[in-house]
Amino acid sequence: MFTLYGRRRLINGISLSVSVLAMAFGLFWLGWILWTLLEHGIPGLNSTLFTQSTPPPGSQGGLGNAIWGSLMMTSLATLIGTPIGILAGTYLAEFGQRGWLAPVTRFINDILLSAPSIVIGLFVYEVYVVKVGHFAGWGGALALSIIVIPVVIRTTENMLRLIPNSLREAAAALGTPQWKVISFVTLRAARAGILTGILLAVARISGETAPLLFTALNNQFWSSNMNQPLANLPVVIFQFAMSPYDDWRSLAWAGALLITFSVLTLNIVARVLFRQKANTY
Amino acid sequence: MHTLDNRLKRQNLLDILFRNITRLSAFAVLALLVGIIISLFLGSQLAISAFGWGFLTSSEWNPVTEEFGALVPIAGTIATAAIALLIAVPVSFGIAIFLTELAPQWMRRPLGIAIELLAGIPSIIYGMWGLFIFVPIFAEHVEPWINDHLGQTFLIAPLFSGPNLGIGVMAAGIILAIMIIPFIASVMRDVFDIVPSLLKESAYGLGATTWEVMYQVVLPYTKIGVVGGIMLGLGRALGETMAVTFVIGNAHQLTASLLNPGNSIASALANEFTEAVGDLYTSALIELGLILFFITFIVLSLARFMLYKLGQNEGRSA
Repeated sequence: MFTLYGRRRLINGISLSVSVLAMAFGLFWLGWILWTLLEHGIPGLNSTLFTQSTPPPGSQGGLGNAIWGSLMMTSLATLIGTPIGILAGTYLAEFGQRGWLAPVTRFINDILLSAPSIVIGLFVYEVYVVKVGHFAGWGGALALSIIVIPVVIRTTENMLRLIPNSLREAAAALGTPQWKVISFVTLRAARAGILTGILLAVARISGETAPLLFTALNNQFWSSNMNQPLANLPVVIFQFAMSPYDDWRSLAWAGALLITFSVLTLNIVARVLFRQKANTY
Repeated sequence: MHTLDNRLKRQNLLDILFRNITRLSAFAVLALLVGIIISLFLGSQLAISAFGWGFLTSSEWNPVTEEFGALVPIAGTIATAAIALLIAVPVSFGIAIFLTELAPQWMRRPLGIAIELLAGIPSIIYGMWGLFIFVPIFAEHVEPWINDHLGQTFLIAPLFSGPNLGIGVMAAGIILAIMIIPFIASVMRDVFDIVPSLLKESAYGLGATTWEVMYQVVLPYTKIGVVGGIMLGLGRALGETMAVTFVIGNAHQLTASLLNPGNSIASALANEFTEAVGDLYTSALIELGLILFFITFIVLSLARFMLYKLGQNEGRSA
């Protein structure tokens, strides 16, 4: 029926069209989800969303306490996780040529990078919540910082490896001690890439819900006390979305819109900031 | 010369200090992993001594009589992840082909970022969207069709016949598929990019079509990396919590049908942990977490091992 050539061209045509369809399939879900968020979230966006606390069912309110709690926990987690991540990443890139520690750490770190976040929640529950006897904001920050560390390590190492060796050699030839070479030459040269990693880590933890369920839990009131249960956006969204009350659900949609667009903005900013690919999968 | 000596000594000391601080941080990562394993192990001690290995094979889950078994959540976790892979692997392959071979140069970056943004959307958003938007449509339009067609087919009928609830193992698997597509697709794209152009050009020069080049040259050359990427996606799918919790239905029942509500390890933890009363209940849930960590650890180790192997072979067999 077909010549061999015709058949090959046909197969080629079909499979390439299927690959275009696959691309469209992926974009379709992205578009659909973002559209849904806009459609359901925009009606809930108003100034009280930021100023008022989460309401009891049936009354007016906002997400102010949850936004505040999320901001506090995210920034603390970043502050705890980033230095450890940068230092460990530096070790892997600069001192990791010999010995067993670097390859093992690299391997473990890559596993922690995609380890289930709910297990990290369980871990912090065991070592922190059980010990102090109650849920607390510190637990949430701790759990999130454990998610930050692998992301920052991965990008720091990748970025330091991109720095040409001649830069290190030039500095060393001037008699610079190694700690100065690393902190004032290589780390400084890689700072845009490292910043990208930190932004991606922040984006990653801003939407994390699972590790907060057993650590920070939730709080109906405005609180800045890290030693008490702390309201946070993801857990509030979870509770409100699963509830039967309409005004809770519309708050959940507004919160979902807020969280998604800040996470996506962070992602895009991080990628624009550093055009070189920073893989954190 | 005395002062110079002192300065050198001081810098030497600082060097050693700096090196050890970074080494300590790297060591902290190892300690973290060991800590996670030990604490989960200690936390599940009670359940381990109460149920032993039977925990893995029992489908009982009764907080009142304190009888617990992990079979239902384990089965649900594996079933949802399997559905997700079945959908996500071919789609990701298509996306990777499109991004490396078909798309014009100026489109590659924006489209690649768009697919990666799919990975940026928090999983709770997938859950909400899944429960309120996807599930009703799925229940009304897709599940009746599955029941009428696949549900009547010889042999696979039990898998595909059930109530048209929308929520269930199938819906959870489909949403997981959407979530892991970006991970698998970007690994595939990256490993396809390392194929030497010499290899591709020779195939094209012999008259091969684009599909033949992808399927018979690029894919065999990168197969370890591709499998590694798939395992990476599998690891994600196994541990995904919030999206699954919203749509799987959280029912402790073991049925053959994928349309029925079920449970996965992660969703059982998310739903029940804070409400668990009694030490044994909590301990059983922590043991579930330990099992999940164990499974994902193995899958992710294999994934990383394969990806490293590809990295080592890069440029050697060409």
